[in-house]
Amino acid sequence: MRGSLSFCLLTLMLAGWPALSPQDPLSALTAEDVARGGRLYVGHCALCHGIEGTGGRGPRLNQPELRRVAGNTELFGVIRNGLEGTEMPGFWQMTDREVWQVAGYVRSLGRSAVVELPGDAARGRALYENAGGCAACHIVRGRGGSSGPDLSAVGARRSPAYLREALTDPGAAVPVGYLVARVTIRDGREVRGVRLNEDTFTIQLRDAAGRLHSFRKLELRDLRREPGVSTMPGYATKLTAPEIEDLVAYMATLRGQK
Amino acid sequence: MNLLRAGCALCLLAAPALVAGQVPYRRILGAEGEPGHWLTYSGGYRAHRFSPLKQITPENAARLKPAWVYQMRGGGRFQTSPLVVDGVMYVTEPPTRVAALDVRTGRPLWSWDRPMPRSVKTLGFGPTNRGVAILDETVYVGTLDCYLVALDARSGAVRWEARVGDNTLGYAITGAPLAIDGKIIVGISGGEAGIRGFLDAYDAHTGKLVWRLWTIPGPGEPGHETWGGESWKTGGGPTWVTGSYDAELNLLYWGTGNPGPDWNGDVRPGDNLYTCALLAIDAATGKLKWHFQFTPHDTHDWDATEIPVLLEAVVRGRARRLVAMANRNAFYYLLDRETGEFLHGSPYAKQNWAERLDARGRPVVRPNTEPTVEGTLVYPSLQGATNWFSPSYSPLTKLFYVAVREMGAYYHKGEADYKPGTFFAAGGERALDGDQAYGAVRALEAETGRLKWEFRLQSPPWAGVLATAGGVVFSGSNEGNFFALDALTGRPLWEFQTGGAVAANPVSFLIDGRQHVAIAAGQALFVFGLP
Repeated sequence: MRGSLSFCLLTLMLAGWPALSPQDPLSALTAEDVARGGRLYVGHCALCHGIEGTGGRGPRLNQPELRRVAGNTELFGVIRNGLEGTEMPGFWQMTDREVWQVAGYVRSLGRSAVVELPGDAARGRALYENAGGCAACHIVRGRGGSSGPDLSAVGARRSPAYLREALTDPGAAVPVGYLVARVTIRDGREVRGVRLNEDTFTIQLRDAAGRLHSFRKLELRDLRREPGVSTMPGYATKLTAPEIEDLVAYMATLRGQK
Repeated sequence: MNLLRAGCALCLLAAPALVAGQVPYRRILGAEGEPGHWLTYSGGYRAHRFSPLKQITPENAARLKPAWVYQMRGGGRFQTSPLVVDGVMYVTEPPTRVAALDVRTGRPLWSWDRPMPRSVKTLGFGPTNRGVAILDETVYVGTLDCYLVALDARSGAVRWEARVGDNTLGYAITGAPLAIDGKIIVGISGGEAGIRGFLDAYDAHTGKLVWRLWTIPGPGEPGHETWGGESWKTGGGPTWVTGSYDAELNLLYWGTGNPGPDWNGDVRPGDNLYTCALLAIDAATGKLKWHFQFTPHDTHDWDATEIPVLLEAVVRGRARRLVAMANRNAFYYLLDRETGEFLHGSPYAKQNWAERLDARGRPVVRPNTEPTVEGTLVYPSLQGATNWFSPSYSPLTKLFYVAVREMGAYYHKGEADYKPGTFFAAGGERALDGDQAYGAVRALEAETGRLKWEFRLQSPPWAGVLATAGGVVFSGSNEGNFFALDALTGRPLWEFQTGGAVAANPVSFLIDGRQHVAIAAGQALFVFGLP
């Protein structure tokens, strides 16, 4: 075991892995490299981007063009350094070779067949703005309520499958760090809301009416966290299945400013 | 060097104190008798990080107020543990800057910068520096590009500098040196760069190397047989956190870091001595007196560079000189510090990698806890159940106070691809952070490791702990809280929101006869006292 590994290592060191030149490293990847990239992907990436790049918490990657990366060098940079202001971390622990292997696997996903969405985006937009009542809580292109997340670029960030789940079972699709909490004040009053911040001694909430609340924990009678709960109502029984698909199709078009 | 136009202020401050401000070895040796000062990294050679000051108590701690705030000049992580000597506070700032501050006002007296090239290597850690040492009239600091520099304590002028390691290979210094009688002991970072670790002693006056102890034994040396093939050459074993010292035994106690590469042990079969170990070293010669390896053949990056705390207690029926360590691998250990004999080991945080420790303290490792390409869930995470930030021991309560990280991680094995001066870790982790993790300050009975109390924190901390004779324990949080707890019960007494993550150790000292506490947080150093 060790002997063969040492041999491989030695071979790589002597060879200096010349095939992966900075100019076009992906073209030099072997099938074995891409397969190893796939195993690394399963461990590091699939949690957010889905097995085989179908997307989820993170955008889907099984498409020929990736929104935030123009070329392979940029793809390498995103994997290595992450994307500031998003949930995408940098994988500084990987060797350059491993990053390229993952990049190669990600590019291989782009050759998958593009899945057409069954819904009608125009009908979905009408539903969003009128009967669905979505705009009461969400902002799109500067318009709407602010108690829920801004959806102006949600189609670029989330996969259709994730959007579908968020509509039918919102608690199963809450973002990292999102938490609903219920506090009981000493006088018995209760406040329930989305956590805006929390430290060891204090917690800040925004209730359903958009009011901000600040509490010192020592002054509370009770503090209950509700992981896996969203303040958004589920639409599985409020909308028909085709209407859900129409909404998904509309939200998939929301990709922010080009 | 940047001499400030504060000469008059310097004279007025406490000129007699500064003129007489030599710190001979005997002062550091008797640091517990000078509680108004903080003379060495951990407060004393026994590394208790305990202040004998009694003015701040559980009854009055709620009245603590900021006395002054010092803003650091550059960016980066402010992890300094200040020294306070004769009216002057010495702090370090990233990348490598020393500032001497008037302890009454926080106003700088002098500062010294070492220009750091953009190419300086900090493989596996960020640019930081955790403090200085002082001996006689000289302040000693390690630099990111791996030099030991001696500065005149009154002016910041350079007296000498010595090249400790080759930064192009990943060697760096982030920890505070330790000054003993005539020697400066300094360790190195680089455990993620495939270095061969060592600990050095330099002549305090000349900067000449007195001895070097390689932490990875070479051919023909005992322990070399624990490395397969040539793997010892890139075996790691850095010495990046300040150790402790027993002057009577003339032994240094110094922890060593992980083997290289971190997460792929296939290429380094064997126990990989002396990584993840505590070394007892003859301070005169640098020879190894004994060693104890906490995590043989580590594949989770569980450096044993936590602070070795020296204390005395009756264990197994007789009074002993002990060394205690809350290890990154989640076990609390007691060893006989004369012989290295294992006396006790018990978990102080969640762990799922060891069934137990055997009679000699060796872990009985559970199967399927090794990193894999796809990821293996193990507790604790690679940052450990605790880390470089200091614990505290109170000889009054007999409690060992430690900041604990309760977090697991998926450990991934990667390729072991060594190229000099590059990252050599062969894998990584995906930590279960956010609301899946939390932190705590825990008080353990020092003689048994049993939990006496805990104070829960919002997230796994990076802040050290300070206990005081007044019965108060100070620590901090990632969310910016600096707080005081009752040393006997853990009851919260006071907190202050600093506005920046606390990733530093608290110290306590006197200003004009009144007890104060200092902590770095975010980009600033805060000093608190009673009004």
